[in-house]
Amino acid sequence: MSRFPEALGLAFAAALIAAPVAAGTLGLGRPALPEEIEAWNIDVRPDGLGLPEGSGSVEVGEEIFTEKCAMCHGDFGEGAGRWPQLAGGAGTLTGARPVKTIGSYWPYLSTVYDYVRRAMPFGDAQSLSADDTYALVAYLLYLNDLVEDDFTLSKENFAEVEMPNAGGFVADDRAAEPFAKPHEVCMTGCKASVAITARAAVLDVTPEGGAPAGAETEDGPAAAAPEPDAKAEPAVATDPAPAAAPAEAAFDAALAAAGETLFKKCKACHKIEEGGKNGAGPALHGVFGRAIGHADGFRYSKAFEKLAEDGGVWDAAALDAFLASPKDFAKGTKMSFAGLKSAEERAAMIEYLKSASQ
Amino acid sequence: MSEARSTRRGFLAGGAIAAGGALVGGAARAAGDPAIMEAQPWARHLGDGVDARPYGHPSAFEKDVVRRDVPWLTADAQSSVNFTPLHELDGIITPNGLCFERHHGGIAEVDPAQYRLMIHGLVETPLVFTLADLKRFPRVNRVHFLECAANSGMEWRGAQLNGCQFTHGMIHNVMYTGVRLSDLLAEAGVKTAGKWLLAEGGDASGMTRSIPMEKALDDCLVAFKMNGEALRPEQGYPVRLVVPGWEGNMWIKWLRRLEVGDAPWEQREETSKYTDLLPNGKARRFTWEMDAKSVITSPSPQAPILHGKGPTVLTGIAWSGRGAIPRVDVTIDGGMNWVEARLDGPSFEKSIHRFYHEFDWDGRPLLLQSRAHDSTGYVQPTKDELRKVRGTNSIYHNNGIQTWAVNENGEAENVEIS
Repeated sequence: MSRFPEALGLAFAAALIAAPVAAGTLGLGRPALPEEIEAWNIDVRPDGLGLPEGSGSVEVGEEIFTEKCAMCHGDFGEGAGRWPQLAGGAGTLTGARPVKTIGSYWPYLSTVYDYVRRAMPFGDAQSLSADDTYALVAYLLYLNDLVEDDFTLSKENFAEVEMPNAGGFVADDRAAEPFAKPHEVCMTGCKASVAITARAAVLDVTPEGGAPAGAETEDGPAAAAPEPDAKAEPAVATDPAPAAAPAEAAFDAALAAAGETLFKKCKACHKIEEGGKNGAGPALHGVFGRAIGHADGFRYSKAFEKLAEDGGVWDAAALDAFLASPKDFAKGTKMSFAGLKSAEERAAMIEYLKSASQ
Repeated sequence: MSEARSTRRGFLAGGAIAAGGALVGGAARAAGDPAIMEAQPWARHLGDGVDARPYGHPSAFEKDVVRRDVPWLTADAQSSVNFTPLHELDGIITPNGLCFERHHGGIAEVDPAQYRLMIHGLVETPLVFTLADLKRFPRVNRVHFLECAANSGMEWRGAQLNGCQFTHGMIHNVMYTGVRLSDLLAEAGVKTAGKWLLAEGGDASGMTRSIPMEKALDDCLVAFKMNGEALRPEQGYPVRLVVPGWEGNMWIKWLRRLEVGDAPWEQREETSKYTDLLPNGKARRFTWEMDAKSVITSPSPQAPILHGKGPTVLTGIAWSGRGAIPRVDVTIDGGMNWVEARLDGPSFEKSIHRFYHEFDWDGRPLLLQSRAHDSTGYVQPTKDELRKVRGTNSIYHNNGIQTWAVNENGEAENVEIS
């Protein structure tokens, strides 16, 4: 649409009236409303540009972190499994295995606020209020020993916090590297002999060879050659689930489809496809009719270990009770999800779990 | 993984067939080759009609030519990466369905009717464009590679992954159709103080990167087509940013917002990530350009020599974020002697180039390497040259020379050599 079509009506009228179009432009698009810009513009810069009004304490931050973050990042920001470690690592940047956390590596606190507000919690982005975000950032500072436990972070004192690695970055100087200048290369008789010094087959970590336990990882590809014995995730001895016969093959496809839509809020932690692995939560393919607390290799909370001993099965009634109020069904569960209040939504979810169990 | 395994089985079976093939070939001279002598079903019976495949797919025999991931690399599939099967491709263009994927919050399934692009900040008139608006600007077509800055990042400490799909597969090369970013910025009117641009995606990670205005006005595109058709959802449908020659993370997918400012925003992906840690504990930042690089795609671990000794085609790809590739050298003896490879196919700036080297294999073990030269005179370094300066913890921008060792059976392995 042209920039002011509704105000001016027909396009030829716009041409006749000569809309205020700058020289060399086409007059395409329309002006962005201030409230539209406000709705999308949530970025924060190191100089504080973009910080919203508000504040939050370490104490409140701990509550939110425990509920919404600890299942992936660990209770103390140490990182669960391959999820990012957020605290610690001071003094490791020059070592063989650098640990890059908010405290040891991130140069600006604004980046923490910006990122938590735009992308966290993983799978439920942009759901935190400005105050909650201040509180979480305060707690992350506390986990990194940068503030005391009575600290409150606010828009007003934000700029006073200095990050330990603020001076740790340099400009791109690759052009000055010794090999970077144009140079002649040797084409014949360049060396007398050649020997193989390293082989990938020795490591055997290529997917067709199977994955090693607990390989060293970054966000994105691993920086390091994995050490098969390092950081191995403790395997919990779990007997194979007693084969409870899946109740009925039939399910309501329309209801299951509604459940699939609802399941989007679960996907960050639960895999449901066939062969899906345990994540922050247990894999759910085949959960309908499965013994409670028996996902292979998943480390359950004490609450679910107890329920597993009690020997229940995930039938419709058990799933309904759990989904209605997870914390009442299993007091102490690691799952932070508050539950589905609507009986229709629970029915749809159960139907979807049923459909994914066949 | 099961697919990868089946490929290995396929390879072993293929080896057996190749060995048997020599026998069959001999037999064929006496009795006639059954592939010729016997009527094949496709030569006799009618096949599918024109409406059977309204959107065409590769032959069923090509089912193993797919993107693959390395499951142990990441915590989950939503913030992860998979790899282009470079060993199966030829020419310079990557088919849309095989372009590697890197997401930080899964694939955003954007409804094009709800698509909006906002430009605001230090501009005369903050603007909102619909997809239809964008298509009314003059269009351009450009072929460019997109390489993840972490491509080959798993190889810093030594040879690790056996296959160029995994060592080099975080790259694709596509013809984009779109509009110049400079045209869109001119429409809003960038103020004199506007020296930086923040590009933001509409996905669940809200991906953001700061881009210097000089680059934005130089050759960046706002693209809506790849290889002639709409962008694939996993590549940013309906609109992505194209930042030629610069690291892939900056090519914001599902592009929804462009903010003009007077300083960089220091976002997560330009501070805690995509910065290159050096041995002295300092990290390089804003390492945007991708250096000249090449890799032999066949023979390679996933593409062994199955035909035995005799005429052999070696092929690979080369690229540079600073320009074109006028020359690639290859060696089959581990760098004792080199020859210039034969470049074939179109040559575009900041695009993949295809090279070949045909030779008569005598059946003895080979050590294969390629070395790219770009149009600025830069020569691809060895991995050891890189490590000497950068150590082994910088993750990104590993453009070192790759070595494949080929044994007497034609099987190839990822190795490092003296």
